[in-house]
Amino acid sequence: MTGPLSIFDRPNAYIGKSVPRPDAARLLVGRGQFVDDQQLPRMVHAAFVRSPHAHARIVSIDGAQAATMQGVVAVYDGSDMADHCEPWVGTLTHMQGLRSPPQYPLALDVVRWQGEPVAMVVATSRALAEDACGLIDVDYELLPEACNVEAALDRDAAVIHPEFGNNLAWERIVDSGDVDAAFARNDVTIVERTFRFNRHTGVTLEPRSSVVDFNPADETMTYWYAGQAPHMMQAILSKHLGLAEENIRLIANDVGGSFGIKIHTYGDDIATAVAARILARPVKFIADRNESFLTDIHARDHRIHGRMAVARDGEIAALEIDDLTGIGPYSMYPRTSAIECNQVLNLTGAPYAIQNYRARGQVVFQNKNLMSQYRAVGHPVAMAVAEGLLEDAALAIGLGSVDIRKRNLIRDDAYPVTSAAGMKFDDLSHCRTLDKLLDIMGHDVLREEHAKLRSSGIHRGIGIASIVEVTNPSPLFYGVGGASIAAQDGATVRLDAAGAIHVSASITEQGQGTNTIIAQIAADMFGVEIDRVKVTTGDTAHVPYGGGTWASRGAGIGGEAVLQAATALRGQVLEVAGTILQCAPDRLDILSGSIVDVKTAAQRMTLRELGRIVYFRGNELPPDVKPELIATRHYRVTDFPFVFTNGAMAAEVELDPETGFVKLLGFWVVEDCGRVINPQLVDEQIRGGVVQGIGGAFYEECIYSSNGQLLNASMADYLVPMAAEMPDIVVAHVETPTKTSVLGAKGAGEAGTGGAPAALLNAVNDALRAFDTSISEMPMTPERLLKALGVV
Amino acid sequence: MKAAEFDYAKPRTVDEALAILASHEGEVRPIAGGQSLMPMMNFRLAQPDMLMDLNALEELQGIRDEGGFIIIGAMTRYRELECSELIAAHIPLICAALPHIAHAAIRNRGTIGGSIALADPAAEMPALMLALEATITVVSSRGVRRILADEFFLGLYETALADDEIITEIHVPRSKAPAHFAFCELARRHGDYAIVGIAITAQEIMPMRGLRVALFSVSDRPVRAVAIEQALENTSVGDAGAMKLAVQAIGSMAFQDDLNATDKTKLHLVGVLLKRALTELCT
Amino acid sequence: MTAIEEINLTVNGERSTHRVPVRMNLVDFLRNELGLTGSHVGCEHGVCGACTVEVNGACVRGCLMLAVQADGLEVTTIEGLTASGRAGALQAAFHRRNSLQCGFCTPGMLASALEYCERGGAADRAAIREHIAGNYCRCTGYQSIVDAIYEVIAAEEAQ
Ligand SMILES: Cc1cc2nc3c(=O)[nH]c(=O)nc-3n(C[C@H](O)[C@H](O)[C@H](O)COP(=O)(O)OP(=O)(O)OC[C@H]3O[C@@H](n4cnc5c(N)ncnc54)[C@H](O)[C@@H]3O)c2cc1C
Ligand code: FES
Ligand code: FES
Repeated sequence: MTGPLSIFDRPNAYIGKSVPRPDAARLLVGRGQFVDDQQLPRMVHAAFVRSPHAHARIVSIDGAQAATMQGVVAVYDGSDMADHCEPWVGTLTHMQGLRSPPQYPLALDVVRWQGEPVAMVVATSRALAEDACGLIDVDYELLPEACNVEAALDRDAAVIHPEFGNNLAWERIVDSGDVDAAFARNDVTIVERTFRFNRHTGVTLEPRSSVVDFNPADETMTYWYAGQAPHMMQAILSKHLGLAEENIRLIANDVGGSFGIKIHTYGDDIATAVAARILARPVKFIADRNESFLTDIHARDHRIHGRMAVARDGEIAALEIDDLTGIGPYSMYPRTSAIECNQVLNLTGAPYAIQNYRARGQVVFQNKNLMSQYRAVGHPVAMAVAEGLLEDAALAIGLGSVDIRKRNLIRDDAYPVTSAAGMKFDDLSHCRTLDKLLDIMGHDVLREEHAKLRSSGIHRGIGIASIVEVTNPSPLFYGVGGASIAAQDGATVRLDAAGAIHVSASITEQGQGTNTIIAQIAADMFGVEIDRVKVTTGDTAHVPYGGGTWASRGAGIGGEAVLQAATALRGQVLEVAGTILQCAPDRLDILSGSIVDVKTAAQRMTLRELGRIVYFRGNELPPDVKPELIATRHYRVTDFPFVFTNGAMAAEVELDPETGFVKLLGFWVVEDCGRVINPQLVDEQIRGGVVQGIGGAFYEECIYSSNGQLLNASMADYLVPMAAEMPDIVVAHVETPTKTSVLGAKGAGEAGTGGAPAALLNAVNDALRAFDTSISEMPMTPERLLKALGVV
Repeated sequence: MKAAEFDYAKPRTVDEALAILASHEGEVRPIAGGQSLMPMMNFRLAQPDMLMDLNALEELQGIRDEGGFIIIGAMTRYRELECSELIAAHIPLICAALPHIAHAAIRNRGTIGGSIALADPAAEMPALMLALEATITVVSSRGVRRILADEFFLGLYETALADDEIITEIHVPRSKAPAHFAFCELARRHGDYAIVGIAITAQEIMPMRGLRVALFSVSDRPVRAVAIEQALENTSVGDAGAMKLAVQAIGSMAFQDDLNATDKTKLHLVGVLLKRALTELCT
Repeated sequence: MTAIEEINLTVNGERSTHRVPVRMNLVDFLRNELGLTGSHVGCEHGVCGACTVEVNGACVRGCLMLAVQADGLEVTTIEGLTASGRAGALQAAFHRRNSLQCGFCTPGMLASALEYCERGGAADRAAIREHIAGNYCRCTGYQSIVDAIYEVIAAEEAQ
């Protein structure tokens, strides 16, 4: 062995190993603890009357009959709620110009999307609450709707918030380099295309769920929460319900998937908390699937016009995009609905060295459900636009897909680099990931095979995409804009008397394996077997203050906090051990639960023995030794606004040109998420993410009528990816640890979703090339493909 | 989403069931497998006053071979059809269609009678009944009726079944369930209702004689495409002229849009499926 | 007025008698009345499969059957499949292969997978995918689930 051992090379290391998730065992035997599993004494159930119209004035609400029904505990309307809850506004100060009106838990005078909650019933069972909802009479006066994004800014469009004068919520322009000059160069070829990304939504299998209890005796509220950011929710409840923050406890046990859906503020969840407070008893609200489709945030809904100029040698001379995106009638609180558009502007073309870049984003209000952050915010749009245009450019100048990428990718030795959109990149590996991708997929062989098959009427295609992913955000993401959203995370590690350690951390678990990597890092850095690590997350009463798990930040930020805390505790324990063993602490180490000689690894004492002495036999220690067997550390990213990751992906598809059906034959991902803490968990994040990307690319779409009715608000009609059509996905890694932390981990949760649609779009267009046509709208349904083929 | 209130009855005999239907005021809804009715009730799209459970009616169960017919009890579950040797031997068309109907857990409970009574225009079984020249036996306290599949499906979820009637069994003529058959459908995902589907039977294939062509998910009901049958009768697969006539026949049919496809797309896809089904029929 | 019926049934080997509102579906009954919260509710219209339980030995949607219809029948949930050890090999393979993330789909997925194995399903990835196509999983992308089921069958075949 050469050189000193790094902290990652210690014996019994867990970092870098595929450790099975300890908490999966519970879920496998039906002992999960999801919010809906919670049964409390005196618990009552909420149901909501929702607007059947996209835009209407509420003339009257008559809940008298419902209120008298046996089993009904309370009936509330918008003004009842407004009496107990301050409205919220989904803006952030750093998103300059973003506007959105105050929003209440239940609509006050006007409903602005189909599904908006209008009245609430609390009853002794959900069935009774629904019965009572059926008895509430709401009289509406219809208002003209503005649903279509592309018409929302027209002069004659209905204005959703008259006080604003028009439906524009936010606009941003990026202009970098000299775009006009580049497009005017006489050695460039210009390609352009309009892309459409229709709305889809998260469809977490566990619906949004809240159980809230309020104890008036001590003014405390307990909220069983199925979400990603308990401390954020604590701050929101405090602010809008007027309760002391410290009196609100958020408990997130098991969360049945979130993907961004459950990180936002929904009127019905807040109304549930308000009802619990008024009634001073536990109230449960579990969204049913119809409510989920109507009110869980939707994502995407972009129409983008893109232009790219390429020189003869393939150099991207300039890129210009114009993004128009619809966000529903409000900007979502507290993260805002402008972030997705902002990301599109920031990230389009990000893997490539582009000097001249111009982008305009317009975010508009419309009478549809709210649109906001869902897994891979903005990424699938940004990546598909750049990769799609790049493919057009390659074709136009007769360059291969791979060659044009190699010509333009930012070189691996070029970092740090600041992109035309102002993004700071470091430690990326676009060239190595692309090379590795071509290798694992057998790119050249596949191309040859396809060419042969094409002559026998089999139409296959390959699509490649190079991508970046925003991870590990710093306070510059939200905190700077005034939101109570922590960018730092904390971890506390303590040694217990029996020699086990206990970690409590502010990042949260929604299935990605947060608790497992926490245990791996702590076991590794401190020096115990993983089964001697207990982990607590998701309970504001017991964990340090922090942001939670979103924007692929759990491992990179929370993981580093755990690393720092476990390392600190190790130092503290070695101090005590040194005193007991009468030797210098630096001659000792902790390995597999024992204090050992650092050179020989000979055992000096067990941690159990140390714990026994410290906790029970303090009399054996010198009086001036005051052991502290607990350590807390917090960590935030300081040098960069984000830590980017990168990757390369490829898809292979077969198109049936007669039916428009596309079969997915293969999918490959090479991902660089920095240090891989648990390869199996990372691979599974990628695979799950890719399949969500496949959903957006081929299946998932919230289909609205022209007057704002969601036509497929059921799982029978909204198509999510199911097992039979999904391909096996090959995942490989390049590891370029980030220098921003000791751990070196970046995020991995969103790359699959962010990149897959781009690769799939290119693969389908490769297959369509033989027919001299292409597609630029997602999802790529059979009907849209048949239209592209000119068959229908 | 919880079902609205209803009363519940579980008759032990058909007579008991018919008495309930004849006497009960308000809407009595039979429930068979519940795989269509329960979702509708959970969404409160169906709110019957009384649910009459058919699951204890032994008279509605079983598959038998009798008098030139395979007789299938209305309460026969898809799973029983999958496992039945009689079906495999005499009505292989059903076996070909079954894997396309929903998923195993739904096939464990869903019944053939329920599917026929529901008459979902996108469902496989009703179209199969047309292709197989089946007869549907319905009873009420007023008596027994035998209705040809051709006369059973009247519109969107609308059948010849009266409010006080239930389906008891289905007769499939053995002679009309020949070895010559084809089944094709296009569904977005495995087990989904099809965008379009086709079931064909023929007495002979060289040339084609006694063709019955049934389409589903094209209109408000399963459709027997008589014009296609006529265009192809007495011709051979690969006969371009006949195929042209058949495609013209398709063009003269009225298709209906749904969320997956416009009528135009459906028309096109039926043409594609017809071609594929005919190839399958003759190989 | 709520229509209520008395039912006698066997759940996970235990016989009991209950009075249930007739409109209550089986999975709500198991979860809320018997505390068997291992079965989950994801859609209440038969599509997602999270509520899949065994009734008289066959998988059914717990949301598409009424509790009153289970009168006289035998119901087995994930808790029962665990206690009897029937799902043991699959559970171990799911754990090794990380065939679950949030775990919300897992009890229903295991029930469907077990039915496939016990009906003599082949170690054939496409056939496994078709069989579990009625169980939605938003997290995993399915590959790890297919791997685990495949592994269990292949191991059995090898014996
Ligand atoms: C997720 C999912 C996917 C599905 N996919 C498909 C598919 O691809 N293709 C397909 O064809 N079906 C599909 N189905 C529906 C399934 O096939 C149903 O089982 C079938 O449509 C109805 O049969 P049932 O026994 O469940 O009837 P029920 O739901 O019990 O009843 C349906 C209707 O028929 C009436 N009825 C039932 N039996 C009788 C009788 N004997 N006499 C008179 N009236 C009666 C009922 O009153 C009710 O109106 C799917 C269902 C689900 C949940
Ligand atoms: S809850 Fe029963 S299938 Fe989804
Ligand atoms: S593990 Fe989350 S839905 Fe399957």
